Amino acid sequence: MGSKIFRLLLQAVNYSVFMALIWYFSLYPTYRHLDDNQAVLTLAFGHAAKRIAECATRSADELAELAPNMRMAIDCPRERSPLELEISLDDEPVTRLTIDAPGLYQDQGVDVYRDIITEAGRHHLSIWMNDDINIEGPTYRFDKTVNIEPMQRLVVSFDANSGGFSLQ
Amino acid sequence: MPACQSIEFCLETDVINPVKRSYRALEAWFNLSFGPAWNPLYNLGTLAFFFFWVVLVSGLYLFIFFDTSIAGAYASVEYMTHEQWYMGGVMRSLHRYASDAAVVTILLHMLREFSLDRYRSFRWFSWFTGVPALWFVITLGITGYWLVWDELALYVAILSSQLMDTLPIVAGSMTRDFLVGHLTDRFFTLMAFLHLLGQPIILVVAIWIHVKRLSHVKISAPRGLAVGSLLALLVLSIIKPAESHGPADLSSVPLVLNLDWFYLNVYPLVDQWTAGQTWMLTLGVTFLLMILPWLPPKKRGPAAQVYLEACNGCGQCADDCPFDAIDILPRTDDARWSHEAVVDPDLCASCGICVGSCPSSNPFRQRNQDLVTGIDMPNYSANGMRTQTDAALATLIDKDTGIVVFGCDNAYEVSRLESEGIAAVSVFCTGMLPATLIEYALKKGADGVFVTGCRTGDCYFRYGNVWLDQRFEGHRKPRLRGGAERRRIRIFRGAETDGKKITQALAAFQKEIAELDDIPASNEVAADDARVSQDG
Ligand code: HEM
Ligand code: SF4
Ligand code: SF4
Repeated sequence: MGSKIFRLLLQAVNYSVFMALIWYFSLYPTYRHLDDNQAVLTLAFGHAAKRIAECATRSADELAELAPNMRMAIDCPRERSPLELEISLDDEPVTRLTIDAPGLYQDQGVDVYRDIITEAGRHHLSIWMNDDINIEGPTYRFDKTVNIEPMQRLVVSFDANSGGFSLQ
Repeated sequence: MPACQSIEFCLETDVINPVKRSYRALEAWFNLSFGPAWNPLYNLGTLAFFFFWVVLVSGLYLFIFFDTSIAGAYASVEYMTHEQWYMGGVMRSLHRYASDAAVVTILLHMLREFSLDRYRSFRWFSWFTGVPALWFVITLGITGYWLVWDELALYVAILSSQLMDTLPIVAGSMTRDFLVGHLTDRFFTLMAFLHLLGQPIILVVAIWIHVKRLSHVKISAPRGLAVGSLLALLVLSIIKPAESHGPADLSSVPLVLNLDWFYLNVYPLVDQWTAGQTWMLTLGVTFLLMILPWLPPKKRGPAAQVYLEACNGCGQCADDCPFDAIDILPRTDDARWSHEAVVDPDLCASCGICVGSCPSSNPFRQRNQDLVTGIDMPNYSANGMRTQTDAALATLIDKDTGIVVFGCDNAYEVSRLESEGIAAVSVFCTGMLPATLIEYALKKGADGVFVTGCRTGDCYFRYGNVWLDQRFEGHRKPRLRGGAERRRIRIFRGAETDGKKITQALAAFQKEIAELDDIPASNEVAADDARVSQDG
């Protein structure tokens, strides 16, 4: 009898340790995602950059050099330009990316996703993007003074058809 | 060769690796608290099943009140947690904590198989298929946290999408869809479908494959352990109910998160590193775990062989084989029996247990020729065991009290028990011992027989020591016959770390037998049936 109670006590100890372990690690240690005064600037968009060259008409000489089944009068390269992107906050560059077009022939659109952690407050946000290898300098620019709250996620998206960058 | 002069002075000298030593200490502590039958470490598989049951039942309850749409999910969980705390809230907490308990159990299960070197050789299949099962458990938990649709769920959703976007299989960007609010109810419904039906079914199939090469797989946890665990989970659920974070909000980022580290441990890595690096690490660890059984490989012995001339197709070996390696098939020779045993060498673990099962392994048969039994081990036959026993008996002839020790070397090496008046016979597993061999040793001059081997509940070959007990108790064929005097037989088990206890028990037994033999035969109490079985 005595030993039975002793055993039950030991079991209670074991169960308590087990449950304490489960409870603790199901919540703690807490994970601090951001500091109190921080916010996130999220860059999220998809874009197909310009082709590396325009379609060109082949001359008769050029055509003759090709195999008979390849003799197309117009030569359209599929390859797209790499996407170059620079983000600055208060004129300090915070992120710089160069992303090659994906795909076997480097002919597909790029998906961009970046979280940039920053201090909350007023910032001058400027974005500079080039999507055409044949043009020096930016093909798109975005400049805006933004006020970011602590914990805010400010999403920057882009749509070439509606004129470029925008905030959400 | 005797390892020491007198049994009392035999002390452990070996170096046992620290992982194994710690594991054995924990096991001994649980044996003290729960006893071998309820020892959680001997029931990790059944405990995991038990926690899955709790998860299933509580999950079914949650499903009744859960709203599988993005707009309604959070509120429905909040309703259960707060308005219906006495039932829905308890069920929610049970659902969470039992899932966590299952992970702890599975990790301990892995630790056990690993530290006791039970993952290589013939066990590669169980280990190899366990790894994907673990993946299925973890990902099932992840979709569960997703369904709450609180800040934590959104965090998990965004980072999971980043992980998925890194894989070449998904076209477009899931992460972007999330953020610009394109994430439709449809996607959330897909998650709900995965969590409620798809993933559980995959998990059940994975576990079914995981134990496919084993026989007599226990599914239900011992009642005491099940009741105790359920009570403990209930108490935890009541004093620390599971709660949600704030509702998911696409325009904000939580500062601090309470992560469930049992399930969500990779996500901080995605934050700190990139999704690609996180994949490299997790896939790298998975790959390493999967090839572990071959790092380095362990050779297994030759498979059991059937000798048809001594097999009558009774099926006892097939019933006893712990690794499902024996089939009973229609006879291929012209003997008068209808069936015969057939061994699948790929599945055979070379444990020898079938030799102990076969009624033809009786050493009283074929006394003047080599003993041929129905199923036998090519590298250590029933005949070999008889020869070894004869040799052991020969060394005891002029001793006052001669004890034969039978045991396996998966626990404490039995040859180290040899000393004055004590001779040892080592077998692959004590389940390999024909009960008739014990009787044989006693009839042929041993004053006592001492059987040792893995701790009760923890047979290296799963069922060897269980079958031995059942044969001795008369519950399993072939039984230990009445001709073997029970008080001259002692079973005392212990692990490799229990050398001292085994040695002491053996010394005490030798003393008891010596006293027994001092009493004139006429004064002896009528033969009692006290088979003494103890544990180190
Ligand atoms: C996912 C949940 C899991 C469940 C429910 C489970 C359950 C089981 C069960 C019931 C057994 C049979 C035990 C017996 O009757 O002797 C077993 C054996 C085994 N498991 Fe698991 N297991 C799981 C995961 C794992 C994992 C992740 C690993 C390792 C990577 C693993 C490795 C093994 C090994 C090596 C054996 C063979 C034991 C033997 O042959 O004695 N298991 N498992
Ligand atoms: S040796 Fe063991 S695994 Fe092989 S057939 Fe016999 S009982 Fe089965
Ligand atoms: S136990 Fe022996 S006799 Fe029975 S089926 Fe197996 S090998 Fe044959």
